[in-house]
Amino acid sequence: MSVLDVRGLTRSFGAVRALAGVDLTIADGEVLAVLGPSGCGKTTLLRTIAGFMPGDAGEVILGDRPVLVEGRSKVATRHRNVGYVPQEGALFPHLDVAANITFGLDRAERRKADIGELLELLGLDPTLARRSPHELSGGQQQRVAVARALARKPSLLLLDEPFSSLDASLREATGRAVVRAVRATGAAALLVTHDQNEALSLADVVAVMSAGRVVQVGAPLEVYARPATPFVASFVGSGSVLPATITGGVAVSVIGSFPVSGQADGDVGLFVRPEQVRLDEAGEVEATVAGFDFYGHDACLHLSVGDHEVLCRVRGDRVPGEGQRVRISVDGAATVFERAT
Amino acid sequence: MTTTVDPPRMSRRVHDGAPVALLLIGVAVALFALIPLLHVVQYAATVDPGVAREQLFRPRIGMLLRNTLGLMVACVAASIVVSVACAWLVVRTDLPLAGLWHVLLTAPLAVPAFVNGFGWVSLTHAVEGFGGAVMVVTLSYFPFVYLPVCAALRGLDPAHEEIAASVGLTRAATFVRVVLPQLRPAILGGSLLVALHMFSEFGALKTLRFPTFTTAIYDQFNTTFNGPAAHLSSAVLVLLCLVVLLVELRLRGRRRYARTSSGSPRTADRAPLGGLRWPVLVVPVAVTGLALGVPIYSLVHWMQVGSSTGNGLDQLVPTAITTVSYAAVGALLSVVLALPVGLLVVRHQSLAGTLVERSTYTANALPGIVVALALITVTIEYATGLYQTAIVLVAAYLIMFMSRAVVSVRASLEQAPPVLESVARSLGLGGVATTWRVTVPIVMPGIGAGAALVFIAICTELTATLLLAPLETQTLATEFWSQSSALAYGAAAPYALLMIVISMPAVYLLSRTTQGQRPGRPVTP
Repeated sequence: MSVLDVRGLTRSFGAVRALAGVDLTIADGEVLAVLGPSGCGKTTLLRTIAGFMPGDAGEVILGDRPVLVEGRSKVATRHRNVGYVPQEGALFPHLDVAANITFGLDRAERRKADIGELLELLGLDPTLARRSPHELSGGQQQRVAVARALARKPSLLLLDEPFSSLDASLREATGRAVVRAVRATGAAALLVTHDQNEALSLADVVAVMSAGRVVQVGAPLEVYARPATPFVASFVGSGSVLPATITGGVAVSVIGSFPVSGQADGDVGLFVRPEQVRLDEAGEVEATVAGFDFYGHDACLHLSVGDHEVLCRVRGDRVPGEGQRVRISVDGAATVFERAT
Repeated sequence: MTTTVDPPRMSRRVHDGAPVALLLIGVAVALFALIPLLHVVQYAATVDPGVAREQLFRPRIGMLLRNTLGLMVACVAASIVVSVACAWLVVRTDLPLAGLWHVLLTAPLAVPAFVNGFGWVSLTHAVEGFGGAVMVVTLSYFPFVYLPVCAALRGLDPAHEEIAASVGLTRAATFVRVVLPQLRPAILGGSLLVALHMFSEFGALKTLRFPTFTTAIYDQFNTTFNGPAAHLSSAVLVLLCLVVLLVELRLRGRRRYARTSSGSPRTADRAPLGGLRWPVLVVPVAVTGLALGVPIYSLVHWMQVGSSTGNGLDQLVPTAITTVSYAAVGALLSVVLALPVGLLVVRHQSLAGTLVERSTYTANALPGIVVALALITVTIEYATGLYQTAIVLVAAYLIMFMSRAVVSVRASLEQAPPVLESVARSLGLGGVATTWRVTVPIVMPGIGAGAALVFIAICTELTATLLLAPLETQTLATEFWSQSSALAYGAAAPYALLMIVISMPAVYLLSRTTQGQRPGRPVTP
């Protein structure tokens, strides 16, 4: 059964279409990341699901309860039983950690609540319970905010870029701890983020949004390997788009020929990831090293093939010099988009 | 690989415009606060030019203008010198007992200027005239510069000074070229408050026999009641206030002084004073001695030796009760009026909201005598029944002091961003429960502080109370004023001491809260 069903949801602010007909489903216990650049409507989507704002049209169904019908809110936020974690964490500054966590529980539940267990679930020391929010680090604050949202045992947790205000080093660890805790409680989660690494590494399913629409939904591996549009290809990871021509099921381009099935003959765009391109002395294609970005463990070469640029990932200790002539081959299948760029 | 950062969440709030009801209440509050200014403008626009010329182009007006401006310039200059010196010693050197001096250097705000003036003049008549006026007004109001300068000094990034030293500047050159420019907004904001308070000062200058526009308006009002002379002088005074406001705005400019780098700033090291460490104590001892020691000694002295000591002491308690009642009602109502203004500004940013907020501040810049005169005229003209009632007096208090409540309410509402309420709702709370369990606990301390500031301002208000209080109604300030004017020093002293005692807690609060303030933000006027 699905925890969340969004159908045809639209919302405009003046002339801006924040949501242009969004369809989305989250299955029981699933962690879904909504990934998109700023302004794509992902936060509006989350806030509409939470009940902080209405839509213009469309449905939102939580479990078997329609909470938004024809764009109008039927169930107030407080009755939706969704956990909400905003970007800033937003711990109540006048309450200590324990009181923050039990905030949404009634008196009887509060007495029974095992705060230590929740803190440990989030990888926090139970002795933090009596601390004030300002005595915690940014990462700890976010974890407490998640514990507060989980305390009421919601079936769906809404995470609004909860890690983006953290340092890069903290972001990964916090993200992993939060997702582990969510999975332990059995709740489903919707994680809104603009960080592709976060989405790919934490989520079961990634929904890529652009200009108010969900353009692709799939497992992280699938979205990365088979991007549906050039936008998804370039936003989720990097790569090179090259002009190619299909004749009889074979796409011919400057970096070689690739079998493609089910494609009509004509001009297309051919997309390859940098890690598919290999330096290969036996390769058929000749290229010149125009430059490179060095990252230590690996490097990304900018190769010139004719008039085109091709990205190629190599090991950090195998970087050829600038201007050097190399031969390359392409490993694996290439993705084809309609209309070449 | 690209990571984009979402723009600040402000854009979301722009979409929900302010509710019409809240906007209407805000506009009503603004119009109420603007009554005196609108009245002055209306009077100036409709006055017979012949009468205006005859009243304004007189040698006496020239003298008043020279006195007022001369005193203002001298007091601002003296306040800056005293404040910067003291603030630097307290914040940036190893001055002995720096914490104690900080509280004592703030404490003059608890001594009403007219009490300070009385304290001096009852001991020696040498303080009458320009020099004495400069000294007494400076000693009463310099903390308005001292407090923001302290806050600015605390907020300075020591890295700037380290860079100056690394390129070869001496300590003195560093102070002039690096520290002083960064203190500029704090000094300007504080100076503005000193100038505005000096313009509205009546009691102290009357006592020191130094005529300015404010004392002249009072005299004109007493001799001709509602005549054109008082109104025209009042218009000139308002003009002076507006010019000072504009000059401050102009000098402040649009430059950024804040730290530009990220990360939390270190606190600067305190400079060792070495052999001067004890001798330099002369500075804070002298300043606090003159500002606090003399008036308090004087009051205690007259209570001991005054021939009128003990007279009218039975009136002390009833007068205190009257004063506290007015102050409590005024404080409560000012918070009630400030809440919609604060909500409008913090939760629904719009041009209308900003204008509403600004108009409450504008009223605060007007001298009490102008507010009183305007309310007298307006009530006589439009609501005769209200003339000389408690309602008009409370209205004057609200117009004069509401901005203090607005500042506090605004600051505390900013502590409670809407996202906290969103979270509370997601945790199952309704509107009332959210307000009660989240917003109120966060906002209450700030609002309480604002109410306390208004309460104390009303307890020590003299000028408007003298003109507007219902017959037979005496407050601590007016009772002190009439006793000391009648040279009954011993009888007057207990009233002054009581006012100082009532003011003390709020002043202590001010000395604490400005410690973490951003540089350049003026303290509550």
